[in-house]
Amino acid sequence: MADRHPLFKPLIFVGGLIFGFGLGFSHMARPEVVLQFLQFEDFGLVFVMFGAAIVSGVAFAVLPRISDRAPLTGDAYERRLKAFDRNVLIGGGIFGVGWGLSGICPGAAYASLGVGNVTILWALAGMFLGAYAQGYWRSRAADAGPAVTGAD
Amino acid sequence: MVADTAVLQIAPELFPNGIGRYAVGGLLVGLGVVVIYLGTGISAGASTFLESTLSYVSEQSRFQRYVASRDWRLVFTAGIVLGGFLFALTVQSGLLSSSLYQPGTTGQLHQLGGFTFWTTNVQPWRLFLGGTLVGIGTRIGKGCTSGHGVCGVGSASKTSIVGVLTFLAVAIGTAQIVAALGVSP
Repeated sequence: MADRHPLFKPLIFVGGLIFGFGLGFSHMARPEVVLQFLQFEDFGLVFVMFGAAIVSGVAFAVLPRISDRAPLTGDAYERRLKAFDRNVLIGGGIFGVGWGLSGICPGAAYASLGVGNVTILWALAGMFLGAYAQGYWRSRAADAGPAVTGAD
Repeated sequence: MVADTAVLQIAPELFPNGIGRYAVGGLLVGLGVVVIYLGTGISAGASTFLESTLSYVSEQSRFQRYVASRDWRLVFTAGIVLGGFLFALTVQSGLLSSSLYQPGTTGQLHQLGGFTFWTTNVQPWRLFLGGTLVGIGTRIGKGCTSGHGVCGVGSASKTSIVGVLTFLAVAIGTAQIVAALGVSP
């Protein structure tokens, strides 16, 4: 967007930097460690997800009470809630099989590349292929007519 | 850390690598989300990057919905990659050390010009097939471990909590079956 604040992208970048450093520090960028968690050999990753959710949760709860709008976008501090439908269960199930098989999820895969793990390019190639396959299929479904557009 | 020692005294066998690196890493992941939310009001997830980036190369209507956000999602992802790199240059390379960080013994460490890089031992076919399912699943299921797991759970979204419980349960089952079949690593 042309009219965005000049600090918009630098701030997003700094946020990503901290996010990626945290994924490296927590070893979530190591598929082996995620697999050890899923196999009940090391429960440490519980602290990663809940630690992160608690920190973000405090900000999501407090900021809307302090200020109406975010300084760089003018957007309201609101919760962008996603509607529940069976896709959440179907997609979550497919994601779960992939996560359990590979030990890798999108954010951790990007950070894994940063820690030097070139082998992760296999997973990233797979993610783009998978995202393209579902997008191709859903674009066709959406273009086919109103009878199937309810899938989203 | 007080919590560290308390948890480790009650159940040390559940945390063979301590909890310091996990807790500190998690707090930083949350802080990254907070920095972006504080300035922009955006609750950033990592998986929409896949679809938004595909909009550069595909005219499919499904990807074109993300044209407006694709530039900042690219910047966010570049930040995540470089954040991991910054970690590799400092803590992973031993330049910075902390009692809260345990290095671990997984994968392979390589030295290159004084820096330590890390590569996985998990087999490429697992990464590729798993990655493909992750790519399909996060997009149909509206989020991943950061979008649903951190932002969604953090905002007490029922959809995200159900999403997390679904993929966590299925992932545990899958990993247990794969391990039972003797696939390692």
